[in-house]
Amino acid sequence: MTRSEIRAAFDDGPALVSYVAAGDPSADATKEYVEALVDGGTDVVELGLPFSEPVAEGTTIQNAIKRALEAGMTPEAYLDLVRDLDVDVPIVCMTYYNLIYQYGDEAGPEEFVAAAADAGISGFVVPDLPVNESEPMYEACREHGLDLIFIVAPTTTPERLESMLDRTTGFVYVQGRLGTTGARDEVSENTPEALERLQDANVPKAVGFGISSGEQAREVVASGADGVIVGSAYVDIIADGVENDLPTEEVADRLEALAAELKAGARKGLPEPERK
Amino acid sequence: MSEESKRTTGAQSETRAGKFGEYGGQYVPEVLMPAVEELADAYERYVLDNEDGFVDDFRQRIREFGGRPTPLSHAENLSERYGFDVYLKREDLLHGGAHKLNNALGQVLLAKYMGKERIVAETGAGQHGTATAMACAYLDMPCEIYMGRTDVNRQRPNVFRMRIHDAEVNPVDVGSGTLKEAINETMRDWATNVEDTHYVIGSVVGPHPFPAMVRDFQSVISEEMREQSRDQLGQLPEAVVACAGGGSNTMGAFASFVGSARLAGAPEGSQEPAPDVDLLAVEAGGSSLGVDKAEGYAPNSASLSTGTEGVLHGARTKLLQTEEGQIVESHSVSAGLDYAGVGPELAYLVDEGRVEPVNVDDDAALEAFHRLSREEGIIPALESSHAVAYLEEYEGDGPVVVNVSGRGDKDLDTVIEESAARDIAGAPTMEVFEE
Ligand SMILES: Cc1ncc(COP(=O)(O)O)c(C=O)c1O
Repeated sequence: MTRSEIRAAFDDGPALVSYVAAGDPSADATKEYVEALVDGGTDVVELGLPFSEPVAEGTTIQNAIKRALEAGMTPEAYLDLVRDLDVDVPIVCMTYYNLIYQYGDEAGPEEFVAAAADAGISGFVVPDLPVNESEPMYEACREHGLDLIFIVAPTTTPERLESMLDRTTGFVYVQGRLGTTGARDEVSENTPEALERLQDANVPKAVGFGISSGEQAREVVASGADGVIVGSAYVDIIADGVENDLPTEEVADRLEALAAELKAGARKGLPEPERK
Repeated sequence: MSEESKRTTGAQSETRAGKFGEYGGQYVPEVLMPAVEELADAYERYVLDNEDGFVDDFRQRIREFGGRPTPLSHAENLSERYGFDVYLKREDLLHGGAHKLNNALGQVLLAKYMGKERIVAETGAGQHGTATAMACAYLDMPCEIYMGRTDVNRQRPNVFRMRIHDAEVNPVDVGSGTLKEAINETMRDWATNVEDTHYVIGSVVGPHPFPAMVRDFQSVISEEMREQSRDQLGQLPEAVVACAGGGSNTMGAFASFVGSARLAGAPEGSQEPAPDVDLLAVEAGGSSLGVDKAEGYAPNSASLSTGTEGVLHGARTKLLQTEEGQIVESHSVSAGLDYAGVGPELAYLVDEGRVEPVNVDDDAALEAFHRLSREEGIIPALESSHAVAYLEEYEGDGPVVVNVSGRGDKDLDTVIEESAARDIAGAPTMEVFEE
C-alpha cells in the first residue's frame, strides 16, 4: 500500500490534528472554521459527522452535535461541505458506525466509504467500531485507498493492540485517559506509558482526549507523541460564539489563534536539535 | 473472527462471538472492549459452567430473596371470556414487582464474583433501577443509577425507592431525557470507571455477552413455565405471549422454548427446543405505526415489526431510525417499552420466523390494564398490559400463557390521567375523589 496523505502530514515535525463537528452551528460557519484552523497550523482536519447517540463524547461535543443536527446536518450535506472545503491538508471523517452502515441503497460501509473518498475524505475514525468488528469497514477503506484509524485506549490489552496495529494506517489515535472526550487542565500522567507501549508501531502516534493548551501540547510531544489531537477546546470557542452571538470571523480568529498556540506548543516539545 | 465456532450445547442461536445470525456483536468504544471481553469470559465460566457454584448461589438467592418460583395462575374469567384457557405467569409477584430482579440480582452477584466494587445502571421506567438498587443493598455494593429527566419526572415513586435503597440517582438532561439517553450516559460512566465498575444493563441489549447473559438470568421464567405447564396443564402451552421493549421479559419467557437458554442447573429437558409452542412478542404500537422521518420521531416503539437493521448501543439489531441512520425518539404510554431498539436475539428470531412480532396500541393496552384489574384482581404494569391486550386478537384454541412481567402500582397516576383523557372503556371514574 502506498504511503497515505495522512501519514505524510506527520513528516514535518509534530502534527496538529484538529476536530470540529460539521454543521456546528452551520455548514457555512464550519467551512470558515476549518479554513481558520488550517491557517493556524492544523496538519490534519478531523471533521465530525454528527450522530444522534454519541456515546464516546463528553458534554462539550455532545452539545456541538446537538447544535449541528438541529441546524440540519446530514451525511449528504457533510459530503457537500467536504467538497466545498478549500484546504490542502487531509480530512478525516469522525463518526459512528450506524451512519456509515445506513448510507446508500445497500446496508454496509461500502457506499459511504466510496462517497467519502470521492468527496475528498482521506480516512476514518469510528469510535464505536472496535477492531474485532472492523472487517467490512477495513476492506472498504482499503479498496478506496483510505486510512482506518483505530483508537488505542489505556485499557487496551497487548493482544488487542497487536491486532489494531496490524490494521492501522495513517496514524494511531492514542486515547490519553479513560472516559469520554472533553478539555482538561492537565495532561494525563499515563501519557508517557501509553506512548511507550507503542514504541515499535510503524505509524505515527497522536494523543487525544483532554488536550486544550499549547503547554499541554508541548508536554505530550515531549513524552514522545508524533502529534496532538484537539477537539473540545475548539468546540468551547464555537459554543461561546453561539451563546454570545459573535460574528463568524471573530470565532474563526480565535480558533486560528488556538491552533497556532497548540502547534507552537507541540513544536516546543521536540528536543532542541530536531526543531525547525 | 466473528462467524466462528457455534457452541455445542443445545440448539444455540448465537456463536461464541455473540452473533445471532448477523445481529448482535460488540460495537463499543475500545476503552470498554477489555471489560466486555472480561465479562464474556466471566459469563462463560460462572453462568454457563457454574464455576465456584455461582449458579447454585444465584438460584438459591433468587428463591430466598426474590420469592421464586412465581406462580402460573389460571385466569378463569378471561378464559371464559375468550373461550380458551388463559394462564398468567406472575412475574408481578417477584420481589420488587417485576421480572427485572432476575437479571439485576444475577448481574450484581456476578460483579461480586468478578471482584468489581461499584455498580452503575440505566433505567427508563425505574423498574430496572429499583431492582438493581435492591440487589445492591442486599449484596452490599455501591450503586449509581442514570435516569432521563423526563422519566425522573414521570416515575417519581421509583426514584424515591432507589434513593431509599441508598442508590445515587443521576438525572440525565440531554436529548429527550428518556431511556436511550440514560443508556448513553451509563456507557460514558462505565468508560470512565471501567477498572472497578460493572454496568448492569437492564435488558437483552448492548454488546455481547449482555444479550445472552441477560436472557439466561431471565430464562428462569420459561424454565418454570415449562415445569408448571406440565404439572398444571398436562401439556406445553399452544402459545406464550410477552410484551417487548428491549425484550428481557420476552426472551425470559421464550428462551426455554426456543432452546437458547443456557443457565446452568436447569431441570432435565427444560432447555430443549419446543418448536410447537408459538411465541408472540407484543410491541407498543403507541398512537400509530411508522416513523415520521422528517420529524425524526416514531409515535410507537415497534422496532421488531417496523424497524430496520442498524447499530445502536453496542449491537446490530432492528431499530427505529431515519433513512440516514439517526435514531429517532420513540413513544409509548408505558415508559418501559419506550425504546427505539430491541434485543438482537429477538431480531434474529423474528427473521427466522420463530417469534411473531405483533403490536397493540396505547388505548388497547389501557383497556387491558382495566380488564385484568377488574376481572382477575391483578393490576398489571402498563408494559405487561400490552401482552394481556393481545388476547383480544388471539385466534388459536389455547392454552395460552401470558407473561405478566410486572405489577402496575407504579403506573396508577399515568393510567388514571390517560384513561380519563382518552375515555378508555372500563376505566372507573375518579372525579368524585378530586380535591
Ligand atoms: C414490568 C415491565 N415489563 C416489561 C418491561 C420492558 O422491558 P423488557 O422488554 O426488557 O422486558 C419493563 C421495563 O421497564 C417493565 O418494567
